[in-house]
Amino acid sequence: MPLDYETLRVIWWALLGILLIGFALTDGFDLGVGTLLPFVARTDVERRQVINTIGATWEGNQVWFILGGGAIFAAWPFVYAISFSGFYLAMFLVLAALILRPVAFKYRSKKPDAAWRTRWDWALFVGGFVPALVFGVAVGNVLTGAPFRLDDNLRAFYEGSLLGLFSPFALLAGLVSVAMIVLHGSGWLAIKLTHGPVRDRAIRFGTFAAIAALVLYALGGVWLAVGNLGFTTVGAIDPNGPSNPLMAQTARQAGAWLSNYSAYPLLTILPALGLLGPVIALFGIRSNKDALVFAGSSAANVGIIGSVGASMFPFILPSSIDPQSSLTVWNASSSHLTLFVMLLVTAVLLPLVLLYTAWAYKVMFGRVSEDEVKQNPDFY
Amino acid sequence: MEMAVVELSRLQFALTAMYHFLFVPLTLGLSFILVIMESVYVMTNRPVWRDITRFWSKLFGINFVLGVATGLTMEFEFGTNWSYFSHYVGDIFGAPLAIEGLMAFFLEATFVGLMFFGWDRLTKRQHLFTTFMVALGSNLSALWILVANGWMQHPTGAEFNPQTMRMEVTDFMAVLFNPVAQAKFVHTVSAGYVTASVFVLGVSAWYLLRNRHVGLAKRSFAVAAAFGLASSLSAVVLGDESGYALTENQQMKLASIEGAWETEPSPAGLAIFGIPSNEGRKTEYEVKIPYVLGLIATRSLDGKVMGITPLVERADNRIRNGLPAYRALETLKKNPDDLAAREVFEKHKYDLGYALLLKRFVEDPLQATDADISNAAWSTVPNVPVLFWLFRIMAGLGFAFIAFFAFATWISTARRFDKTWFLRLAVFAIPLPWLAAEVGWVVAEYGRQPWAIEGVLPTFLGASSLTVSQIWTTIIGFTLLYGTLAVIEIRLMIGTIRKGPEPYTPQRAGSDASADPKSSATITSVPAE
Repeated sequence: MPLDYETLRVIWWALLGILLIGFALTDGFDLGVGTLLPFVARTDVERRQVINTIGATWEGNQVWFILGGGAIFAAWPFVYAISFSGFYLAMFLVLAALILRPVAFKYRSKKPDAAWRTRWDWALFVGGFVPALVFGVAVGNVLTGAPFRLDDNLRAFYEGSLLGLFSPFALLAGLVSVAMIVLHGSGWLAIKLTHGPVRDRAIRFGTFAAIAALVLYALGGVWLAVGNLGFTTVGAIDPNGPSNPLMAQTARQAGAWLSNYSAYPLLTILPALGLLGPVIALFGIRSNKDALVFAGSSAANVGIIGSVGASMFPFILPSSIDPQSSLTVWNASSSHLTLFVMLLVTAVLLPLVLLYTAWAYKVMFGRVSEDEVKQNPDFY
Repeated sequence: MEMAVVELSRLQFALTAMYHFLFVPLTLGLSFILVIMESVYVMTNRPVWRDITRFWSKLFGINFVLGVATGLTMEFEFGTNWSYFSHYVGDIFGAPLAIEGLMAFFLEATFVGLMFFGWDRLTKRQHLFTTFMVALGSNLSALWILVANGWMQHPTGAEFNPQTMRMEVTDFMAVLFNPVAQAKFVHTVSAGYVTASVFVLGVSAWYLLRNRHVGLAKRSFAVAAAFGLASSLSAVVLGDESGYALTENQQMKLASIEGAWETEPSPAGLAIFGIPSNEGRKTEYEVKIPYVLGLIATRSLDGKVMGITPLVERADNRIRNGLPAYRALETLKKNPDDLAAREVFEKHKYDLGYALLLKRFVEDPLQATDADISNAAWSTVPNVPVLFWLFRIMAGLGFAFIAFFAFATWISTARRFDKTWFLRLAVFAIPLPWLAAEVGWVVAEYGRQPWAIEGVLPTFLGASSLTVSQIWTTIIGFTLLYGTLAVIEIRLMIGTIRKGPEPYTPQRAGSDASADPKSSATITSVPAE
């Protein structure tokens, strides 16, 4: 194969990040719009106006989430096997919320009945808020390490409970995620709604979310520096070795999550972007430049998610109860052949996906007005 | 492994997969029926075909969204509930799932938005293209999930790697062009086309019986009858192809479907009736058509169809042959460089999965007695009566659909819509393709037991190390959520059918509006559905 195992593993680590960022950038504003819906829009027409800003595109965006599952399965089977079963009930919560969401989009408009519509509005809220919170909490748990161990058959066993996931640090991560997602939703509404009261409310929530994202994310950084967090590899690692976590040594080391930045200063761009993004968004709000609000919230997504990956490299999922079982880039991937074939497939298909997605956005380009909502029979 | 955890995980998988599969077949078929209807619109330029397309696409949307929503569960359920399975075969099994997302889900999901929202923003041809992409995407997704499933039935192109304690891919082309997967794909999508055709035909017949929307109903009836006839033929023929694939690759499943305990002199007869029993290990009161099974299954007069008892004997041998591989693997876990153990492992590795069957009967397979081995060998026999009867229900329905659509085609070509008995039959036939599809799923997957991956990984080893209460929580949760959504979905479907097609006035001066400038000027403030 033209690419060695080590290179392919790093590429697939980067692709995992790109996938998560792709999910946050696209489906992220859908989740944010759902979370904001009951608060920024009051009458039925207003709510329909908000919903129809994402009416034609949420479904495609959601595929980033599904593809995330499939791609992790294909490239990082250990991560797929251990994280989703280890976070079992949290995963169920996310799924239940995400199952409600498509149904709410589609069924809400099927009856004029106000009670019916209000119920689905809250379903959209749950379908936005719960995943945003739980994904953040999950990332928090990845940073602190998850309570699993592997036996010599590489079967995973877990300790801990659903409530155990909500440690103070994980909760902080959850709030960062909610703030980031709500900000992104406001940014989207700023560019997609015609000027009026709904858009103004969205912007106001955006201001609040941007400040919250900024403060909470910075607080998270401080916590990484002074809290007892971090893991490190011990002894020699073979980046081309077989994917077997038990073959390498790892250990806890406080502050290790920031050591990559001194080793590779260029990586500092990512946390800087995480801090700068909300500031740009605030600036856009102040100067009434809608595109800047959305650009700022997008930058925040890239920076915040990217910085988690950069801090942890080469770790993907450390174990809090048995550091030996921790999953890293070097021990949790698929085989060399699978990584290579899947890279070829991705190189062919992903550009195609981006191409027709761009076309879909182009077709649906433009702000959504109250009049259009009232007149177009195809609107939700 | 706690057996209760395994059984509950299986129950949950069956519930969620079979529920998901209530929506998938209609999506597969109705998407192509929409393509046909809209093509007629684009070619003839007659608005009635646009209204027909829009009406059925409304029903399509109500169904589609639940297929998508319940599909989310499936994408993650291997990880949540079948963690060891995911580790053990993720190197192979994950790839088609990822490709499914990249190639199929993005396609259908991106274009389905434009299909519903793009009537005013796209030209006619662009819109038809959009509809076609939705159909293509959903059918491609069936291809990739069946490549994954086909590999579970017939695992080709992969080997066990002792260093990583899992199966790893050796030949991607073998996984992709797995004969079982190919036959399954065409059989499954054909079944989807049949489902949608019966649905369209039934609803149209209901309108005809009530003398409502007659123009729409007759045209839809004609499309569904022709499409259904072709599809039902294809479903049965490709079902036969699946049977042929079983002969080579899943002999135990074939023997169980036939209730054939012993190997018959060839060519074997096809049982059309019998009372099989796992306890008695025989099938009573058999009624057989001579030669037919031998011809179908082996496509020859002298090919043999193996019986259950000799297959169990073979499993017994493979268990014994797998034990040295198991022993060598235990040595390799402690010392990966033990060359002697490596050599033994290489020689016996293809039977490792059979040795793993023993874990259900004895803690340490190396301590297994002859009785344990015999029990494990007999555990390779699936539930014969269930397979025997469900298969006959599915196949019987398959043949009935051919006759049904043949008659419907005659009605629509001879314009004999006065045959009310047939119209009534068509309405009552609506649930039958769903029954056939669900039963087919059970035959394929229940018939694979006790294996998760045939000959490689027993199902009971694949489950996650969860607690019984965790799984009960999610089973109850899914049941409540899915149950509620099913009630809402069916009510909306019926409501939309009762309401019938709605008049449509293009909003923007697109190609649609050009025929009648007045219609685009009169803006009828239609409330959202």
